[in-house]
Amino acid sequence: MEKKWFTISVYSENNVGMLNRISGIFLKRHINIESLNVSKSEIEHVSKFTIVINTTEDWTRKIVAQIERQIEVLKTFYHTDEETIYQESALFKIASHLLFDEPQIQNIISGSKSKIVTVSREYFVLAKTGRRHEIDEMHDQLEPYGIMQFVRSGRITVTKSTMPITPIINEFHQS
Amino acid sequence: MQTLKEKKAKTHKDTSIRISGAEAIIHCLLAEDVNLIYGYPGGAIMPVYDELYKFQDKLHHVLTRHEQGATHAAQGFARVTGKVGVAIATSGPGATNLVTGLADAQIDSTPMVCITGQVPRHLLGSDAFQETDIIGISTPVTKWNYQITKASEIPEIMAKAFYIAKSGRPGPVLIDITKNAQFEEFDFSYSRCIAIRSYKPNPKPEIAKIESAAELINNAKKPYIVFGHGVILGKAEEQLKALVEKAGIPAAWTILGLSAMDTDHPLNVGMVGMHGNYGPNILTNKCDVLIAIGMRFDDRVTGSLDTYAKQAKVIHFEIDSAEIDKNVKADVAILGNARESLDLLLPLIKENNHDAWHNKFKKCYEEEYEAVIKNDLYPTKDGLTMGEVIEEINLASENKAVIVTDVGQHQMIACRYAKFKQTKSNITSGGLGTMGFALPAAIGAKMGAMDREVVAVIGDGGFQMTIQELATIFQNKTAVKIVVLNNGHLGMVRQWQELFFESRYASTVMTNPDFVKIAEGYRIEAKKVDDRKDLKSAVQAMMASKEPFFLEVSVENEDNVFPMIPSGASVSDIRLK
Repeated sequence: MEKKWFTISVYSENNVGMLNRISGIFLKRHINIESLNVSKSEIEHVSKFTIVINTTEDWTRKIVAQIERQIEVLKTFYHTDEETIYQESALFKIASHLLFDEPQIQNIISGSKSKIVTVSREYFVLAKTGRRHEIDEMHDQLEPYGIMQFVRSGRITVTKSTMPITPIINEFHQS
Repeated sequence: MQTLKEKKAKTHKDTSIRISGAEAIIHCLLAEDVNLIYGYPGGAIMPVYDELYKFQDKLHHVLTRHEQGATHAAQGFARVTGKVGVAIATSGPGATNLVTGLADAQIDSTPMVCITGQVPRHLLGSDAFQETDIIGISTPVTKWNYQITKASEIPEIMAKAFYIAKSGRPGPVLIDITKNAQFEEFDFSYSRCIAIRSYKPNPKPEIAKIESAAELINNAKKPYIVFGHGVILGKAEEQLKALVEKAGIPAAWTILGLSAMDTDHPLNVGMVGMHGNYGPNILTNKCDVLIAIGMRFDDRVTGSLDTYAKQAKVIHFEIDSAEIDKNVKADVAILGNARESLDLLLPLIKENNHDAWHNKFKKCYEEEYEAVIKNDLYPTKDGLTMGEVIEEINLASENKAVIVTDVGQHQMIACRYAKFKQTKSNITSGGLGTMGFALPAAIGAKMGAMDREVVAVIGDGGFQMTIQELATIFQNKTAVKIVVLNNGHLGMVRQWQELFFESRYASTVMTNPDFVKIAEGYRIEAKKVDDRKDLKSAVQAMMASKEPFFLEVSVENEDNVFPMIPSGASVSDIRLK
């Protein structure tokens, strides 16, 4: 079966040790997590893990089932790239003198749809949000001039279809 | 505002009392009807032990000689009673010694709660004396775990621990309690947990799927049932029997399904898997509808998945959704408790028989009997076989004993030949294959079924892994019957070396001590049998004894267990020799 990118969305209670318990399932199957983001979700007191892996759908389905089996996981979904709207964020720290020494940099900045977050005498910081390849492209363009620091976040995703968590919680309260 | 994540049972009285965390632990255990626990004391759990001392008339603590023994004893108790087994240990090495038992209980779906002491809250993460991250270590091998750092958490967490351990697909839970939380005083009241919003232990079987299953079964020409532990855990033994009899379907068991159905039932055709019976394996690839009930298609059951029951429609009754389509794709998957599902299915099943198909199993049995069974049970050679010892135990116990086995050749032989009339009577380490399981598990089994004979059948290898539990048996006068089948080897590994590694016996030859003297050193009556003529009387004397009894039988050193599906081969390629 063909390997693809899958985004797994895990809705869980916000408890100590959840990350360890969930990541252990990938470890057990020797699957590398390509990207991970943990944040609050649209539901109060419920955390959302967004995990990106590259594997077959069959394995993804089995992993999702094993995640969902964890006691404090409310619900887990998986989606292909086509089924989601997804973005990553990156920060670039670059020496300020390059703005004057290397005029090409200004062209890169204006072409990249990035934002200048801060500027000081020594450095300035660019924030870029987009798809992985867009961030990689910007990185590749800036690299020859020297990047002082670079960081990129995990993928964050919303899905085109609904992720019905609220009914699960309501059902519990009503039962 | 606290969101509601758990629901508690309503209590009639709201009697809160001001007590220490350690005392609260005892009250929680008593509230969960626990009156027997296994464990080993140490620094970080001493406040709880102090309370155990005070409550010893209500809550009996059995001191094992190693924490691993405490887990296996708790497992043995749980498996024979269906209740939650409880083990308790201190922090650090006490906690890490529980890990094998936790992993065993996890893979064999055994309800168990383990309680560990932990260094005080302010020392967590400081590499304090006997500190270990048992939450981190135990996460992959527990159904749930939790670290309590203040006393006020104790009632709610303990209630959740018991609810989680025993509901749905049962499993082990570990609760780690820092020492400060054991000392702290708080206002204690207890109510049982009845629901957790993120946990759905009892999915309701879908009627449409039950109907599809019934249609497949009613139209099947060669239906075949394989049942597992889920039948016992789901208390579905009667329903299974009713289905088998009503539709006339031959039924075989996985190693953990053994004893869910009378072994002498005419439609009980034997064991599936690597050393299972010939017919149940080879005919898996001949049936037209395979009905799997409470089993998980373990690789030791299926052999190569590429050639497993490809011709058959597969119906899978299973409570754990993660097991559906994990190894074998089901045409109809019914998610739910086996008893509830079969109760819904039975009225839709037409009375039937499949005599011609059933006869194929009988033919296979005859072939296996001639090639293997006859020689195992009624050998004509000089050396004793493991099979004839099991047969003597069957005769002496009238098929009524609880048989606890360790891991290896003796386990396969015991599970192949032991006879059972009563459910929850076969206790073995199936999924994890934990050598050293049987002796401590037998202690728990005996304490859980005092009115029954409990026979531990163990190899000379596994016996020495937890041999220290002889002291527990002696101290508690636990009348278990211990049979060591001594072949002077790690027999199963030796068999593989003979068959697949050109007889290079790397580290499988054992120079053993005098086991009888060791047992006698622990003041347990002991006998040794070297000669067939002494076997029957020795087994009878053992079974007649009211005390613990040790029996060593010297068996043929290089016997092999057959039939056998070589690792990775198809069930069709099962070998009779």
